[in-house]
Amino acid sequence: MTGDVKLKEKDKEKEVVFEVKDLNLWYGNDHALKDINLAIKKNQVTAIIGPSGCGKSTFIKTLNRMIENIPSVKITGEINYQGKSIFDKSVRVEELRTRVGMVFQKPNPFPKSIFNNVVYGPRIHGIKDKQVLMEIAETSLRQAALWDEVKDRLNDNAYGLSGGQQQRLCIARCLAVQPDVILMDEPTSALDPIATYKIEELMESLKKDYTIAIVTHSMQQAARISDETAFFLMGELIEFDKTTEIFSNPKDQRTEDYITGRIG
Amino acid sequence: MLDHKMLKNKMLDKDRISRRIRLNSFIRSLFSFSTIFSLLVLGVLLYQVGVDSIGWLDLKFLTSNLSIFPEKAGIYGAIIGTVMMMLIVIPVTTILGVSTAIYLEEYAKKGKLQYFINVNISNLASVPSVIFGLLGLTVFGRLLNLGSSILAGGLTMSLLVLPIVVVSAQEAIRAVPGYLREASYAMGASKWTTIWKVVLPVAIPGILTGTILAMSRAIGETAPLVVLGIPTLIMKIPNSVMSDFTALPIQIYYWTLDSVLKPEYANLAAATIVVLLVILFVMNSTAVLIRNKFQQKF
Repeated sequence: MTGDVKLKEKDKEKEVVFEVKDLNLWYGNDHALKDINLAIKKNQVTAIIGPSGCGKSTFIKTLNRMIENIPSVKITGEINYQGKSIFDKSVRVEELRTRVGMVFQKPNPFPKSIFNNVVYGPRIHGIKDKQVLMEIAETSLRQAALWDEVKDRLNDNAYGLSGGQQQRLCIARCLAVQPDVILMDEPTSALDPIATYKIEELMESLKKDYTIAIVTHSMQQAARISDETAFFLMGELIEFDKTTEIFSNPKDQRTEDYITGRIG
Repeated sequence: MLDHKMLKNKMLDKDRISRRIRLNSFIRSLFSFSTIFSLLVLGVLLYQVGVDSIGWLDLKFLTSNLSIFPEKAGIYGAIIGTVMMMLIVIPVTTILGVSTAIYLEEYAKKGKLQYFINVNISNLASVPSVIFGLLGLTVFGRLLNLGSSILAGGLTMSLLVLPIVVVSAQEAIRAVPGYLREASYAMGASKWTTIWKVVLPVAIPGILTGTILAMSRAIGETAPLVVLGIPTLIMKIPNSVMSDFTALPIQIYYWTLDSVLKPEYANLAAATIVVLLVILFVMNSTAVLIRNKFQQKF
């Protein structure tokens, strides 16, 4: 099944991680996602852009089924994760979310120490050895480019960190669970340009080991960091292509209007 | 077209402005009078009780047993009774109350049934304590044949304060921001793991504050115990949960009633009131301290 998509995309070396087919989603009677078809490929950054309320956050939260925490949500269609439907009865959301991590719009560390924030995931998944936890904490914080700033105060409360540091802590916390995919829902929208720059740099280095899907408000950000870009408008996927294509040679008029700032 | 000039003159009318200012100062004095009045009444009551207890409240009063002779009487038995009753009330209400709150807030489907249960719990919190006394008398006293024992009293009191504990625990749990739960779920945590590791640690100060306030209500309540038929005069110190007992508010009640027979009983009641007030004051201050110390800054 994934083979077809690979051929279609003419990109044989890239393996498909998420394959979305005819996805529709409703909040009560509000049709929020309409017939979405796209593929998220391994070890690259897929950006999802579009104006507010276009369904991009809804879409990314569907990939790890966090959207189901909202009671009125109804979903049809298919999402395959590594060839298997995530809506299958045998799939447990706990397992899916361990493999598919998420970083939120607003930094949301727990009111605990920096160390306890990072090792929260490994701990709940049964790793108790203090030595191992310490190593996980160091590795994850290094990957999130935060280690040097916090190594001397791992036992301080995470709320003492700046907004940008908190967001990198959340990324480290997400990495500590060793996911395959990281979903990012506007991770830099609450941050200043320098903190944003650090996180963008970080994504560049993370894509060697992880697959990243990022929702972003900023077209410049999508252009800077992503390999492929999906443009959503009013719940529809208007265009999905290589980022260079989308920004230099958009096929759809609406995409062009959006990226040139005429709408949105 | 609006006549702007007319409107402007009207709004700048000196008489109107000074009338509004006068009204404001009148309202202010009215409200401050209400505050001062209640404080004054409270002050007079405390003063009266304090004066009446002078000479009666000493260590001997706290450590002696009950007696029909005012000079010999003490409240040792009542203190033990209250303490033993609370040893039943505290575990019963915290375990049942917090579990119920967690179920209603985190597990129960948000819908008509959950709303119905919530409204009823809030209503129960305002049912007069006499009604709970009657319920306790019927179920624990008569049906389960526990009589007027500490167990019957403790369970009745638990019923009385349970709704308060549930409501305050629900509020504390509801105040935990959703984005903390989301962070936990997004790492593959189950609901219970999230409740245990994220929600409860944040909610505990609020739960504790509500629980302590509920406990001080249980210590001060009289009516349910009167309805249960706590005997007027108990000479024996209770030694098990099945013993008959007396508690501090009951002691105050009976001594006040009996002060027509011997005026000294009024002084004993006053001394007991002081003891009870001190206990309540300490408990409520603890609740306030906990709230201030752990108040989350979200």
